[in-house]
Amino acid sequence: MSIRKVYLDHSATTPVAAEVLEAMLPYFSEIPGNPNSIHAWGQEAAKALKKAREQVAALLGAKPEEIIFTGGGSEADNLAIKGTALLEKNRGKHLITTAVEHHAVLDTCRWLEEQGFSLTVLPVNSYGQVTPEQVRGALREDTFLVSVMHGNNEVGSLNPVAKIGDLCRERGVLFHVDAVQTAGHLPINLQELPVDLLTLSAHKMYGPKGIGALYVRKKTPLVPLVHGGGQEFGLRSGTESMPSIVGFGAAAALGARRLQDGSVEEEKRLRDLLIRQVLERNDEVILTGHPEERLPYHTSFCIHHIEGEAILLRLDALGIGASSGSACTSGSLEPSYVLLAMGLDHATAHGSLRMTLGKDTSEEDIRYTAENLQEVVRVLRKMSPFGRKG
Amino acid sequence: MYNDKVRDYFLNPRNVGALENPDAVGEVGNTTCGDVMKIYLKIENERIVDISFETYGCAAAIATSSIATEMVKGKTLDEAVQLKNRDVIQALGELPPEKVHCSVLAEEAIKAAVEDYRKRTASGG
Repeated sequence: MSIRKVYLDHSATTPVAAEVLEAMLPYFSEIPGNPNSIHAWGQEAAKALKKAREQVAALLGAKPEEIIFTGGGSEADNLAIKGTALLEKNRGKHLITTAVEHHAVLDTCRWLEEQGFSLTVLPVNSYGQVTPEQVRGALREDTFLVSVMHGNNEVGSLNPVAKIGDLCRERGVLFHVDAVQTAGHLPINLQELPVDLLTLSAHKMYGPKGIGALYVRKKTPLVPLVHGGGQEFGLRSGTESMPSIVGFGAAAALGARRLQDGSVEEEKRLRDLLIRQVLERNDEVILTGHPEERLPYHTSFCIHHIEGEAILLRLDALGIGASSGSACTSGSLEPSYVLLAMGLDHATAHGSLRMTLGKDTSEEDIRYTAENLQEVVRVLRKMSPFGRKG
Repeated sequence: MYNDKVRDYFLNPRNVGALENPDAVGEVGNTTCGDVMKIYLKIENERIVDISFETYGCAAAIATSSIATEMVKGKTLDEAVQLKNRDVIQALGELPPEKVHCSVLAEEAIKAAVEDYRKRTASGG
């Protein structure tokens, strides 16, 4: 019997879209130029670099010169945070972030704290969100940066970044947003959104891995982390990875189209169908994260009396790819810090399951997943000393 | 991350479920750590004639408890408590280093069940 293959881990990474791959391919060999070269080969690459930068900028309502290509989302987060912290005027001062940020933000902030900076890590509500009031309460005279993620990778909740941005602007504090999970999936218009620095990653929006970008609002001073040939307006040296950059551009164009043509609405419908199915078919399961203020492709649950890794491996044996924040999947003895920060106890967090949809997920995939998950839950609970038998 | 044998014992566990009227029960682990193993024993003349397990935990926890029940079935109680966690790992071929504690739990669960039996018989139950 052949089993269906259902990939539901798009928050981890998305497949490169066919049109993105097609755009990338010529830039490996056919068009080999270094965009910094004066000859025809170089100039052709320079033209492609310019176009890709415009495509990424267009997705965000930004100016092309505000887009800095980096080696991925983590590097962009590092550049935003260390790049502002290392400015002479900010040395040793105060920055604010949240307890549920991606490690690329949280660990960078903690490292700065070790270097003598002052750090406030805001706690979150039971959905994993912070409020503008919390940020207001934490702002100090010497605060130079606030960093808050747009959409949370583990539980899908969205933060009120527009309001937090207004507040930061009022107080003259720089505002960084990690938009890795939202860019290309939710409208972001930086002409209106009061954000100074914004992180993107191509592989979360059907582009290739190893390429990201930092949006740097005009006149925002920043110290580069990588010195060298002065590429990317002096903020990220290194010869541009042309296939990846061109792929990122094509992925941004695809994202812009999907925001317009109803794809995101359809994805949301399937997301809600999966959430409903999982909650209806299984007792003692909770949805984690906010039910409405949520990434359009994101579902996450905690399933009582069973453990996340066991769920994942049984689903995997049925052709379904999902993820979990349980301790056994993290390689440590602690379950996800995000779930714990939301106030869940260890036992509940161990039963976490995340299933994130993509542009090719079908209603049939959702049905197949919901049915098989129900069976997996039944079988594992039967093995568990805590599961209700029946 | 798991070899075929571990996967097999996880996907098709042997001796799973609770025994009716067991002569002894051993339970180790806690939900905070994410692993709980419960072993049920039927004992005749100091010999394990039937055994089963219930486990809350990851694939390795389920696989180690399952194979451990097979390894001590038919053994005397004195033989059963000799089971070491490395015997369990050896029987499975290998376990990832971060999962070795699951095999320790399996060893402890068997010992806890035997201890429970000793207590019950000592108190004349």
